[in-house]
Amino acid sequence: MFRPSNGMSRRRLIKTGMAGILATGVSPLIFSKGAWAQEFCNNPTGATVTFGLNLPLTGAYAEEGADEQKAYELAIKHLNGEGDGGLINVLKPTALKGNGILGKKVEYVTSDSQTLSDVARAGATRMIERDGAIMITGGSSSGEAIAVQSLCQEMGVIFMAGLTHSNDTTGKDKRRYGFRHFFNAYQSGIGLGPVLGKEYGNERRAYHLTADYTWGWTQQESIKNATEALGWETVQTVLTPLGAGDFSQFLTPVLNSGADVLILNHYGNDMVNSLTQAVQFGMRDRQANGKNFEIVTPLISELMAKGAGENVKGIFGTSNWHWALQDEGSQAFTRSFGAAYGSPPSQAAHTAYVQALLYADAVERAGTFYPPEVIKALEGHEFDGMGNGPTLYRAEDHQCMKSVLVVRGNENPTSQFDVLNVVQEVSREDSTYDPAMFGGDLGPAEPAPLCT
Amino acid sequence: MFEVIFLQLLNGLDKGSAYALIALGLTLVFGTLGVVNFAHGALFMLGAFCAVAFRRLLTLETVTLDPTRLSPWGQPLEVRAPVVQAWFGDFGAVLVNYSVPISLLLAIPVMLIIGVAMERGLIKHFYKRPHAEQILVTFGLAIVLAEIVKATFGPNPIPQPMPTDLRGAADIGAFFGMQANVITYPLWRLIYFVFSLLIIGAVFAFLQFTTFGMVVRAGMADRETVGLLGIDIDRRFTIMFGIAAVVAGMAGVMYTPLLPPNYTLGMDFLVISFVVVVVGGMGSLPGAVAAGFLLGILQSFASMTQVKAIVPGIDQIIIYLVAVVILLLRPRGLLGRRGMMEA
Amino acid sequence: MTTFMSRRDLILFFGFAAVVLLLPILAQPFGAAYPDLLQRFMIFGIFAIGFNILFGLTGYLSFGHAAFFGVGSYAAMWSFKLLSTNALPAIIFAVVIAGVFALAIGFVSLRRSGIYFSILTLAFAQMSYNLAYSVLTPITNGETGLRMAIADPRVLDRLFFEAPVAQPVPSLFGFSLSGWNGFFFSAIFLLATFFLAMRITNSPFGMMLKGIKSNQNRMNYTGFNTRPYTLTAFVISGMLAGLAGALLVVTDPLAGAERMRWTASGEVVLMTILGGVGTLVGPVLGAWIIKYFENIFSSFNDNILSAFFSFLPEGAREIAVTVSSKFVGDGWHLTLGLVFVLIVVFLPGGIMEGVRRIAARFSKADRDGTARERRLAPKAAE
Repeated sequence: MFRPSNGMSRRRLIKTGMAGILATGVSPLIFSKGAWAQEFCNNPTGATVTFGLNLPLTGAYAEEGADEQKAYELAIKHLNGEGDGGLINVLKPTALKGNGILGKKVEYVTSDSQTLSDVARAGATRMIERDGAIMITGGSSSGEAIAVQSLCQEMGVIFMAGLTHSNDTTGKDKRRYGFRHFFNAYQSGIGLGPVLGKEYGNERRAYHLTADYTWGWTQQESIKNATEALGWETVQTVLTPLGAGDFSQFLTPVLNSGADVLILNHYGNDMVNSLTQAVQFGMRDRQANGKNFEIVTPLISELMAKGAGENVKGIFGTSNWHWALQDEGSQAFTRSFGAAYGSPPSQAAHTAYVQALLYADAVERAGTFYPPEVIKALEGHEFDGMGNGPTLYRAEDHQCMKSVLVVRGNENPTSQFDVLNVVQEVSREDSTYDPAMFGGDLGPAEPAPLCT
Repeated sequence: MFEVIFLQLLNGLDKGSAYALIALGLTLVFGTLGVVNFAHGALFMLGAFCAVAFRRLLTLETVTLDPTRLSPWGQPLEVRAPVVQAWFGDFGAVLVNYSVPISLLLAIPVMLIIGVAMERGLIKHFYKRPHAEQILVTFGLAIVLAEIVKATFGPNPIPQPMPTDLRGAADIGAFFGMQANVITYPLWRLIYFVFSLLIIGAVFAFLQFTTFGMVVRAGMADRETVGLLGIDIDRRFTIMFGIAAVVAGMAGVMYTPLLPPNYTLGMDFLVISFVVVVVGGMGSLPGAVAAGFLLGILQSFASMTQVKAIVPGIDQIIIYLVAVVILLLRPRGLLGRRGMMEA
Repeated sequence: MTTFMSRRDLILFFGFAAVVLLLPILAQPFGAAYPDLLQRFMIFGIFAIGFNILFGLTGYLSFGHAAFFGVGSYAAMWSFKLLSTNALPAIIFAVVIAGVFALAIGFVSLRRSGIYFSILTLAFAQMSYNLAYSVLTPITNGETGLRMAIADPRVLDRLFFEAPVAQPVPSLFGFSLSGWNGFFFSAIFLLATFFLAMRITNSPFGMMLKGIKSNQNRMNYTGFNTRPYTLTAFVISGMLAGLAGALLVVTDPLAGAERMRWTASGEVVLMTILGGVGTLVGPVLGAWIIKYFENIFSSFNDNILSAFFSFLPEGAREIAVTVSSKFVGDGWHLTLGLVFVLIVVFLPGGIMEGVRRIAARFSKADRDGTARERRLAPKAAE
């Protein structure tokens, strides 16, 4: 019997009752794949298991998306025991055997998210409902990642985030079913602050141009805090619409604002455009307050540096990973990727590849695809050999704790790929922060019976 | 404060140049053929890709493998040799450096052919059909053209470097004998502004001082009478469509160093150029030009922090707000003729 | 002819209802029988029918209907956040707010006609979109999109139940509305909308609108004020767009600004034209085709294609894959654009005109019947 005072249990009873009516009614006769016919969402019963790759193949971050796709295809090959095995050979500890996952061959379906949250969500839903994806991964904007992550929580499907750098992804908007290997804006601030102080001194006046969405806001806040801690002054912060294209109307006011550093909290094509246009405005040849005017791009990738060409020379930023790192894991990955596609992998490709492997490894260790068990296997997991040194998948917020790179645009590139130099590796100890800082609530691990 | 306002004004003229050029072509087509061409932005985009294609051609490389050296992923290093430099030496290097302005020469015939083909192949069947259907078919065409470019050149923007001598900023203040390093503006953007004035002047002179232009103007005013005089006005109008395409294409070519072109470029400019045309007055060439610069300036000033502090978000809506106000108070636009699509 | 509905209309309605409710089976061979896509079929069907009430009946081409769709989404989401996870108040709230919004925009925009009306609606929609993306972020949550959170107030729910510990989801008196439940829930609204559109088309009001479409000046000259009629049509159309927007957050609880962009407005225009302007079934058909393209065509990657062409020899297969991959996957827009241009050029009445022409050919013997079909065909060229 239920207690009358407890409304929830009464609701649940009605709900279950209705479910029973529905179950004995029309729907299961038509749909053998009803929610009650399986133990959890998309339990793989055949000889294969399907990954859902949610990739921005068009839109502002399309270049990252294309690189991620290459990385996932490579990772899936390696998981299935094809190719040279890549990072499977260097992951420590590893439960991967190179025969798929739990003996099931890995397959994949794709969806073009167009770098838009709405579309990303629709694509993820399609891959879960129709294509039976056991796990969703990918994306290269924090907007997408947060939207898809909350969907995956509702569906009870694990989401291994691709490139997403907002503090919110594993902060305010964190979810039990979402995991992020990539670093975040706060860690960029930790890494970049001291280097900027050393290079540009403690008396600087900064002007921020910021992409107007979750990632831009958190990065602006993090970098602002980090630079103000150095003693810098923030002259102005201006929000710019995502995908503005021509930033000139935001750049002209910078010239005589009294600022001597321009901080571009942009990413992807936006960054390529705003940086190129800022250089066209002569900002790098300018003097202000008796110092050289400088531009800083707190988050930068090889792909963007390539797009900006020589405008990026000498400019500081941070990266999650770089192909020229000398450790065994990075070398192995660069070799595999380069042999397959003729170019070194970007940081987006690296994080995508690692996420696919980490999921597979967690399933092997859990011995089941049942998401709550896989989540347990990932939470608090300590591993090494993936290119960022010893890494912890923190249980409190599902954020990876590892070293972070401060990079600088290469002044004398030897090839078209050699565009960024690593100037400093910020250790895991230094880049670790208190998970309670950004709030948020992971929510339950038990899946809601929503997946059909 | 003077330099801030002056710079923002300059920026507005610079932004307005592109708007004015696109709106000019759009108005030419509307004024002559009476067609509302939603594919006009796509012509701008195609022009930009003329520059891309030309540069691709100039920067073709021969790739040889050097087995003695290894790439970072342990394969033989690719050695790339540019073909044009190999053939023409220093002259080849100059060609590559100045590829953007030189590709204007390619864009003119290509855009003329595309424009005439578009008019003869599709648009001419829509003269007698209602505006709504013209909008729809050209909108469909715009999607097709954009997707063809995407399928050919990929979805990502392709940067087009400007000639090395024209990079960086010009010190306008110092030029006029003021304090150095206060009023500086990118050289290429100034060139773009001057370029747009030249094109606009050329189009007006063409319409004003040539017999061809006179006939076209007469046709714009009263198509039937001109037809009764035994003049083949349709053929001239076809050529005008071609000219509009060339104007849009050239505007696109010169815009590439400012914004790396991708296939969405046309759609990005489409909405705004229509607003410009409507604000200027449908069918009014001086109106289109004036409205282009005016909206550019308004947009530039609305983006200033001081202005945004008074009216939050004004930079996002200023253009549409102006359009709404103009349409409600003066539906024929700033310089539109009385009776032109007035309702 | 009954007093309520003609026999013809009854057959049409029940035929339509049967197709809609059997979609989970009928769509099976097309690979479209999964809840999310079929929900979208329902939702965008409603959107297109609503748009058609304005465009098909009055001839006013709005290029800003996505704004009402988006407003409906945001309003429904705020109802979920502030009042209750129950879908009914959310839908009512969304329809009312979208209606008010449409009344304001329609009142201003309908002062102009033709392309000026199109530009006015476009300008209003773009303003809404740009503001939703930037300064209205406290209301819309900008690019990330508005979602439900555990900590939301939900006053009505908290009055009756304990605060839930889990992530809240939209429901109908305790029943979850995701998956197939969501589909059937939306289907009921689609059928109701279809019924409403039928009644409006056949009512004196509908006749009046068609009169406005064929010659507004003549109507005005007779001393007849057309504005209240067009405004009513505009508001109804906006409310249906709001309903569609609300249903989208009911079935997928996230409201993003992207759905207000002008391309989304363009999409509903494409749907209506593709299916057949001024027809009852056409807009729904157009919506289904476009959503099918968007979700299924776009998911074809090279792997799927080479499996599809596996019957071809090695070389030919690669060519077939390369060529066809330009038209599917992320190139699905190309197919859409081509189909659309062809439709506008050759079949201005959309697919429904094609269906009618084929039907007319089959019943050539019955000359009277053909003549009747012609008479009933909407004159889209007007």
